[in-house]
Amino acid sequence: MRGLSLLLFITVASDATTDLYVTAASLPPELGVSAAPAVTSPVASRYVPEEYGHPGIALARSAEEPAAPSTEDGESSHQHGGGGYRIVQWEWSYVQTPYIIASWLLVASVAKILFHFSQRFTTAVPESCMLILLGLVLGAVVLIASKKQPYQLDPGLFFLFLLPTIVGDAGYFMPARLFFDNLGAILLYAVVGTLWNAFCTGFCLYGVKMAGVIDEKVNAGLMDFLLFGALISAVDPVAVLAVFEEVHVNETLFIIVFGESLVNDAVTVVLYKVYISFVEVGPGNVHTADYFKGIASFLIVSIGGTLVGLIFAVILAFVTRFTKKVRIIEPLFVFLLVYLAYLTAELFSLSAILSMTFCGIGCKKYVEANISQKSRTTVKYTMKTLASIAETIIFIFLGISAVDKSKWAWDTGLVVSTLIFILVFRAMGVVGQTWFLNWFRLVPLDKIDQVVMSYGGLRGAVAFALVVLLDKEQVKAKDYFVATTIVVVFFTVMFQGLTIKPLVKWLKVPRSTNRKPTINEEIHERAFDHILTAVEDIAGLNGYHHWRDKWEQFDKNYLSKLLLRKSVYHKSELWEAYQKINIRDAISVIDQVKVLIYSEDTNTVNTHPEQWAAIYAAARENGSGVCLDLQVIDTVPGAKIEEELETHHVLAGNLYKPRRRYQSHYSRHFMTVGEKERQDREVFQRNMRNRLESFKSTRYKRHKKDRSQKKAIAQNCSKTHLCITFVARKAPETPKERPKSGEI
Amino acid sequence: MGLEQNEVSLEQIAILHNRFKQLSQNEETLRRDDLKTIQDLESNPIRYQIIEAFFDRRNFQKDGVGSVEEIGFEEFLTVMSYFRAPAHHITEEQREEIRRAKLRFLFNMHDTDNDGTITLEEYRHVVEELLSRSGALGRETAKGIADAAMLEVASISVGPMAPDEFYEGITFEHFLKILKGIEIETRMHIRFLNMDTAVFCKQHSV
Repeated sequence: MRGLSLLLFITVASDATTDLYVTAASLPPELGVSAAPAVTSPVASRYVPEEYGHPGIALARSAEEPAAPSTEDGESSHQHGGGGYRIVQWEWSYVQTPYIIASWLLVASVAKILFHFSQRFTTAVPESCMLILLGLVLGAVVLIASKKQPYQLDPGLFFLFLLPTIVGDAGYFMPARLFFDNLGAILLYAVVGTLWNAFCTGFCLYGVKMAGVIDEKVNAGLMDFLLFGALISAVDPVAVLAVFEEVHVNETLFIIVFGESLVNDAVTVVLYKVYISFVEVGPGNVHTADYFKGIASFLIVSIGGTLVGLIFAVILAFVTRFTKKVRIIEPLFVFLLVYLAYLTAELFSLSAILSMTFCGIGCKKYVEANISQKSRTTVKYTMKTLASIAETIIFIFLGISAVDKSKWAWDTGLVVSTLIFILVFRAMGVVGQTWFLNWFRLVPLDKIDQVVMSYGGLRGAVAFALVVLLDKEQVKAKDYFVATTIVVVFFTVMFQGLTIKPLVKWLKVPRSTNRKPTINEEIHERAFDHILTAVEDIAGLNGYHHWRDKWEQFDKNYLSKLLLRKSVYHKSELWEAYQKINIRDAISVIDQVKVLIYSEDTNTVNTHPEQWAAIYAAARENGSGVCLDLQVIDTVPGAKIEEELETHHVLAGNLYKPRRRYQSHYSRHFMTVGEKERQDREVFQRNMRNRLESFKSTRYKRHKKDRSQKKAIAQNCSKTHLCITFVARKAPETPKERPKSGEI
Repeated sequence: MGLEQNEVSLEQIAILHNRFKQLSQNEETLRRDDLKTIQDLESNPIRYQIIEAFFDRRNFQKDGVGSVEEIGFEEFLTVMSYFRAPAHHITEEQREEIRRAKLRFLFNMHDTDNDGTITLEEYRHVVEELLSRSGALGRETAKGIADAAMLEVASISVGPMAPDEFYEGITFEHFLKILKGIEIETRMHIRFLNMDTAVFCKQHSV
């Protein structure tokens, strides 16, 4: 920690009130000029009265500064005056901006490490709490050190960089099926719930002001309170993710709350813009037509945002169709296009969160099928890393921003009444809507669910950023609002975050099982879709399953043809089956086996006998089993028939064989004909014997073993043309030591 | 056997009766061919199993076996009622009964030769049908998947087996065990509320 604070002192001491509008734009383009980036941009520029959605203007403003070469930051190498040649120079102004960013990221990451030292602590206290506390501490430190507060959670930075990272990650990894299954509930809570919260809070605060509980100093009218109500009533995706991640409630509950937090962005955007314009215009000049424009605006913002997202999803999926030769930049496409979806929606002042979410949901299936395994991993890890860091930074800066007293003004009445109102109205809203919703739901939401949902309606950084964006001139009570928002956000994230875990335990909320479904369960889940669709068709209903099936047909016949790579398209159904029914697990259950190749169709075996022989020999030498790595499909070059063989080989395996039946039509061939029977029996025995050991160990452990062993053996694939990956197992016997024929 | 909880309401009975009349072309009984005419079923990979299920005596709640050629409205309704949602306020016991009934239906669907167990062949057939849209490649995968699934059932139900034992087939009790993780009562459920009259008109004009 001391090293960190030293770092901070250095940065502060450089006397740069550096904005965190950190972009390359503010870096001096020419090497030699000692231009201090944005050194003169005044603090006030952060609070420009921009409409929500155009924070980029302030960004540009700071970029204008470097044109003025300022020599305030002396010690540049071009400072003529001192004599001679300086061996070592202090190039602070040159590296300042990226240095500060990197330092903050480092502080955030180190903080995460430190927290996890204490296991007991981390299970009780959610990370977000600790980060905010850390922010408070750091903020106090900086304040004491420099008497002013150079660092803030800047809305521009937040909306352009931090929020999209988190929402992008959430949208891309959103369980789409679950989302759409509960879409009705999500939409209801997001739209109706947010509107209810916003209006009630706004009106009640105004009423309370009239009643005198709120001090006269708070100079706000009805419109101001409605505006405030709008921005404080939205459930925040960042906070929900941060807290619910640690709590592990069951998926339905999670998806409803989280989905609500994403979808209500559209409502918040519209309400915010509408009320800002009302406030600007003045309450007297609001016409009824404006209300209708507001409603129309809502529809445009939400549907438009969704459409933008879907368009980008299609573009992304289409692009990845052709990236076979440029595998290394595949992840880049994913990030760029998803981010562009966000920015484009911001460009048109549509709902950017909706856009990004639907882009992620829409493109996921096709992109995951088109890109290589390594790219998939890269995308997953990079997104998670970035999102995690962004979240950390947000919470730390929330803490820091709270410390700067000059930005806020305290009014007890306002704060207390806001807190009470948001809690009460959230609870009322949830109860009311759930009662309505349960008429239509298959699985009703019971009281416990409702409690968790009301309690989980957390406010977070979005509200804070929105309130900071307000224009002091237009909204005179802004400072009071800022203070109230800070208290509300702290209360929800810290108090509710801390207590939600014990609450969930106490109420015995059904937790997420987090266990991989067994193969049988997966088969039946799949079967249910078809069974229910069939029954619906027989009964003449156009129910949910009917439409889902129709969508899947459409997808298979048109969309997939367009968006999936040709080779993947033919296997797409298998791909799904493979993905869901993880054959790798199945194989590792019975494991074992040397190469056993199956073919009903003897032609395929005969086509490449030399290759099979080579494979078999190689396998025998290593005592290895067959590994079902779908990556194999990727590495196969060229010809379709080779690919078919590949898949065929890859997906088959000697899994199980009832002895009674092994004379049946489905008997299997081995490479070395004649020893078939004995090998059958031998393999069968070995299967059964080893089955239990491997089945008992956890799947994850096995995966780890797989991966490390796979790496060791990967080199062997060069022996064969087809480059099949083998997994080495500690086989008890190699094929060379055959048991005597009498042994059973 | 406890089908009382699964009963459909009068309104739904009327609607289903209309549908029955429509499918059977106003006759008293329904035949397999009548069901095969439903267009939407064409692309469903398990249509044969489902159609068979309607004509399977084991699903008629009367302890019969074998299959019939034609069914009346009563049997039609009985089979449909397997897909009714359980009422909200029922005891644990009743819920368990409903579960058993629905799982029995599924079991009968898989156990085509009616010997009380789902053998490997039958299970393979099930998985093959599910993947049948993928052509020849699908069959190979299906075999592998079915094999793995059987093995899994064996491990879960029977536990460690000696090397020379083998697993006969899935009995109903084992079936119950392996599907314990899925909430059958809510999963296997059709909403009878939204009937679309347009469907009726479409079929009439055909």
